[in-house]
Amino acid sequence: MRPVQYNTKVKMVELPEGYSGAGFHATSFDKVVGLARKNSLWPLPFATSCCGIEFMATMASNYDLGRFGSERMGFTPRQCDMLLVAGTIAKKMGPILRQVYLQMAEPRWVIAIGACASSGGIFDSYPVLQGIDQVIPVDVYVPGCPPRPEGIIDGILKLQDLVQNESLRRRNSAPYKALLESYGIQ
Amino acid sequence: MGLTNEIIKNRLTEKFGEQLTEWAVPYELLTFTAPADMNLKVMQFLFDEEELRFRFLTDLTAVHYPERKNEELCIVYHLHNLVDNIRLRLKVHVPVEKPDVFTATLLFSGANWMERETYDFFGVNFIGHPNLIRILNVDEMDYFPMRKEYEMEDPTRRDKDDEMFGR
Repeated sequence: MRPVQYNTKVKMVELPEGYSGAGFHATSFDKVVGLARKNSLWPLPFATSCCGIEFMATMASNYDLGRFGSERMGFTPRQCDMLLVAGTIAKKMGPILRQVYLQMAEPRWVIAIGACASSGGIFDSYPVLQGIDQVIPVDVYVPGCPPRPEGIIDGILKLQDLVQNESLRRRNSAPYKALLESYGIQ
Repeated sequence: MGLTNEIIKNRLTEKFGEQLTEWAVPYELLTFTAPADMNLKVMQFLFDEEELRFRFLTDLTAVHYPERKNEELCIVYHLHNLVDNIRLRLKVHVPVEKPDVFTATLLFSGANWMERETYDFFGVNFIGHPNLIRILNVDEMDYFPMRKEYEMEDPTRRDKDDEMFGR
């Protein structure tokens, strides 16, 4: 096999702390699971308007999002863990967004990209939903109109911190269940 | 000599006479008003006449004039003669308490969704429309947003502070 000549400075993920020896490394389970989940977040782009274009730019080669593990964008909620809502959501679109969120499997996270998804943006008007957190629970809000691709990447990195430090029991815990109850999601 | 606004106006006045009012030519687009129950007759005449041939409905919308008492809602039809490239605007006024107009869907199929949108935003009731329900707004909405008596901001929003937003 030809040895790697040019791309020698490849960044590797650092090993979580634990006890290692010849051929094994012992850590706690949640550290390993957190590491695995955070570096392989598959996004589901729910791009409605202009922020969707910024998201396309983020996925393209200049501000590559694939280097953080989001290489495969499945456009089906059944196979993705991260719902990226980019763009203005109208009140008529709210139930559809909720349906897409319900079809995702646990663990799932939601990022609201842009001002319109976070709070309605400049469209303080009768047809626009004033923030998607009126229909689904949101983990990270990325402000901007539209946010620069660096901003979207920053939001995803913050989500990666959340994912790494999340307890494995969180999805069965009482506060999480109460949160879903408040949205009317079973 | 091709079809001009003058010829169209003469043909219309010799057929309908004094019922067509408010003739104007803003930006070279002939505009006139017809009584509410005559809209189909006027459009049918413009459609059938071999010399006039207004066989394409470009736009159908409405305007709310709150100061014109008893004829607040004005339904506007934009017709187009594809062969001679002449456009025409027909306005029909109805009162806001009883906004009934005959539907143009039998004459122009394209009027179907446009009339649904006009109903959705202004509340104009098109008599004879096959499916007059809301098209762009949420189905449960009980008011007509484009009328001028409602505020544009979202009324269900709770977190907008009056003193922070200068009201």
